[in-house]
Amino acid sequence: MLIKLVQLAHCRSGDKGNTSNISVIPYHPEFYAPIKQQLSAEKFKDFYAGVVSGNVTRYCLDKLEMFNFVCEGALGGGVSRSLCLDNYGKSLSSRILSFEIEINDDFKNLLH
Amino acid sequence: MTIRIGSGSAWWGDRISPAQNNAEKGALDYLSFETMAEATISAAQVRKRRDPSFPGYDTWLDDRMNAVLPACLREGTKIISNQGWINPDGAAERIVHWLRVHGAQGVKVAAVNGSLITNQVLELTDTILENGKPTKSLKDQIVSAEVYLGAQPIVQALRDGAHIVVTGRIADPSIFAAPMMFEFGWGMEDYTRLGFANGIGHLMECGAQVTGGYFADPGRKDVPNPWDLAFPIAEVNEDGSAIITKLEGTGGIVNTQTIKEQLLYEVHDPSNYITPDVVVDFSTTKIEELSENRVMISEISGKPRTPTLKVSIGCQEGFIGEDMFFYAGEGALQRAQLAEKILRERFKIVGLKAEELRIDYLGLNAIHGDMSPKPAHDPYEIAVRVAARTSTREEAMKIGREVDGMAVSGVGMTGKRVPHQDRTREIIGVWSSLVDRNAIHPTINFYES
Repeated sequence: MLIKLVQLAHCRSGDKGNTSNISVIPYHPEFYAPIKQQLSAEKFKDFYAGVVSGNVTRYCLDKLEMFNFVCEGALGGGVSRSLCLDNYGKSLSSRILSFEIEINDDFKNLLH
Repeated sequence: MTIRIGSGSAWWGDRISPAQNNAEKGALDYLSFETMAEATISAAQVRKRRDPSFPGYDTWLDDRMNAVLPACLREGTKIISNQGWINPDGAAERIVHWLRVHGAQGVKVAAVNGSLITNQVLELTDTILENGKPTKSLKDQIVSAEVYLGAQPIVQALRDGAHIVVTGRIADPSIFAAPMMFEFGWGMEDYTRLGFANGIGHLMECGAQVTGGYFADPGRKDVPNPWDLAFPIAEVNEDGSAIITKLEGTGGIVNTQTIKEQLLYEVHDPSNYITPDVVVDFSTTKIEELSENRVMISEISGKPRTPTLKVSIGCQEGFIGEDMFFYAGEGALQRAQLAEKILRERFKIVGLKAEELRIDYLGLNAIHGDMSPKPAHDPYEIAVRVAARTSTREEAMKIGREVDGMAVSGVGMTGKRVPHQDRTREIIGVWSSLVDRNAIHPTINFYES
């Protein structure tokens, strides 16, 4: 079944200059592998097209079972120069929660 | 041996009562205040130039100190704070004043200087990290340059008997790592312990962001009593583990999820989080929920520090002009679109010189920009927000002036705010560079109540 990430994981974004890092943290260990397999850095960047202009690097934390996506060129030139109302990009992370992941039907009762 | 370190603030505008609560009920050994963002020092420099009476330290210093000093004096809690901004000595003298008001005699306050290198920055640095250009290209714009100091000068001040240490720019985790290094005698070559200390410091530096702030998502991540969030307390053990917790009876939540979100906050490579004293490796971290609102953190590791320290260079980069106006009900979106067309034509007529112009529809695309999906229905309400980046304040003022014109010369049924301010602000852009750590020499001055 195809499930939106919002039912599988939570997230937070942080800013450094013109770079935004967006964490993706599965609610259950069972969701780590399918997200790792299906949400590549490329897919992530495509999903933020129009806002993230630079490279996206994905870091997988296997022991903690979570991900960090580092998005360059995401903050309109940097927090102080950006014309975006949300110049820190605090709300940028919520976008990825609409991304759809194929999940085994057996995990249905784990969905958030 | 265990020490208890509480958070007193996570930024300049943070709430004060949770700090007082921690001081009064936390049985703390240390209370740490973080009050600076990237541009705080530059903004203070600009203000000081315009207003020589501005003392140059945290504008909430008096309020914060008066809220916590009585309890800290009673409990023997030491205070570590970066409220010194561009004037750590002035902040220390002001704290001494308040100590005397509260009847404390012989309390030692240390001011850590040496982070401000505005006058030497072009000699000490080469390249701007963000764009690879020489730092010399910033020559005529520089407002301030500050090195991120590490924990060492705080540890030294504590060894010399300071009860309160106030600094200028310093790496945020250091104000939490320093008490651990001092109390447990962790040396500058013990990278595992330093990695742990700065890792815990990183979890603590944003205050309520680890106790349920910046977290709630109704139905998925619920936070009890979110109007009464506590600031965190770390119970740090000498063996290299710590429990992150909060005062009983307060709002908020500490669990695996809040810890994980904060662990990656403003981190790039989690295996190589660079601080002045150590490169922290978070990838090895172990997180265990012991009981409600008590989470044990261990196995954070560290690697040798880099030969350089980070420098923030604040530059004057022009101005932003900004304003907004509103529509509602039938045809709101169409009126907003006509208003945008009128404004774009007006900006041509008045010859607006903007490096970037942005017109957003709040409720449709103002936050997520081009990523925003097309709405299934026209919105009932809409705000049109206009912003431009310009090189002069005069150009930036044209934004507000043209929005003023929309009041009687614009579109039907336009809602507008009273123009209560000039609607421009100065941009202080922040660039980064690196400096040889051997070129930086922090100094400590002591004051006594």
